[in-house]
Amino acid sequence: MIDKIEPNARRALAGLTDGMTVMIGGFGGAGQPNHLINALIDCDVGELTVINNNAGNGDAGLAALLLAGRVRKIVCSFPRQVDSHVFDKLYREKRIELELVPQGNLAERIRAAGAGIGAFFSPTGFGTELTRGRETRRIDGRDYVLELPLHADFALISALDGDRWGNLTYRKTARNFGPVMAMAAKTTVAQVKNVVELGALDPETVITPGIFVQKVVPVTEDA
Amino acid sequence: MIARRTRDQLAQRVARDIPEGAYVNLGIGLPTLVANHLPAEREIILHTENGLLGMGPAPAAGHEDFDLINAGKQPVTALPGAAYFHHADSFAMMRGGHLDICVLGGFQVSVTGDLANWHTGAPDAIPAVGGAMDLAIGAKSVFVMMEHTTKDGTSKIVESCSYPLTGIGCVTRVYTDLAVLAVLPGRGLGVIDMVDGLTLSELESISGVALFMDASGTGSG
Repeated sequence: MIDKIEPNARRALAGLTDGMTVMIGGFGGAGQPNHLINALIDCDVGELTVINNNAGNGDAGLAALLLAGRVRKIVCSFPRQVDSHVFDKLYREKRIELELVPQGNLAERIRAAGAGIGAFFSPTGFGTELTRGRETRRIDGRDYVLELPLHADFALISALDGDRWGNLTYRKTARNFGPVMAMAAKTTVAQVKNVVELGALDPETVITPGIFVQKVVPVTEDA
Repeated sequence: MIARRTRDQLAQRVARDIPEGAYVNLGIGLPTLVANHLPAEREIILHTENGLLGMGPAPAAGHEDFDLINAGKQPVTALPGAAYFHHADSFAMMRGGHLDICVLGGFQVSVTGDLANWHTGAPDAIPAVGGAMDLAIGAKSVFVMMEHTTKDGTSKIVESCSYPLTGIGCVTRVYTDLAVLAVLPGRGLGVIDMVDGLTLSELESISGVALFMDASGTGSG
């Protein structure tokens, strides 16, 4: 019997070791898998490369992971925010490396990794300092920059409902990076608000099919 | 006496040019104000990059849902007919040319429609780009909404951007507190309208670049 449900978040992260690349879902706080991030902090691994849209908000979740000194490098599109004080301090003290990627290129590079695409040409960022030195091509009169896929060892995402096969639904704009990150990592761990019986999800409404998910961790109300 | 547009008057002026049926993305900051001035009789669908079409206004106090936010991470609502989608789809809507209009803030716009709006390049500044570059090259029309000059009077309309670029030749129109300008490829910046009390030569002098009246008045080109 296939059973991807793992009530223990730390056990769900078994195999996540120093130096790995970890995708973390969420756009600001929406869709950020704080329960899994807290378990990651407890795991005592470091030198991580983290891929997220932002670089932490406030003091919880991703910001707490940064504050704990576990992240060597962050790949993101929008680190600077009113409440990104944890990242700001680390960056100014040169204690974290930043790779800034335009948001759509970030999403599509993740999607490309999950879809087995070797590289693609994107018009976004052509002629700007964020794509300096990269291979370009003019196609039908328009200029493009070569973009490579972004793979990860682990993806930690947050979803609404999940079943024991790993099928997932999401809630409103908390969906954001979840579906593409789930596809792009060797191991995807999803925290879910509700674990539902197999067959309870209408197949028409499943957003992430279970083939992309290895572990489903139920979250208690206070997490 | 030059009657500069207030922020709300500027937002109202931009809103006037957004037609019935348009799919529109409003950037963070000043462009967000445009939503308050869209004519009620027009059906206009707002896109937010984090995964929603059919974005509605902010919820009443006490009804915030932090799974339902806009690009500025503020709580919003979803109108009847709204749709949620993931990030790769959201940016396909931009890059794929499906979005009719985006309204962006700006640091500088050049006479050829180059835009700089993401980074001052200052050594101590923490860079952040978000979806600006995708919107700039993706939307069918790119409206830039900004003060005509900086606080010290330096023109934000320039021959060539000194700040790091967001996109090359991507701007369709510029809406400022003094004028509306159309970027006309091969011709430069055409003035669609100016505020009362301002002449073309005065506007040229403030802007520091050559301008001409856009006789068509439509800014198409």
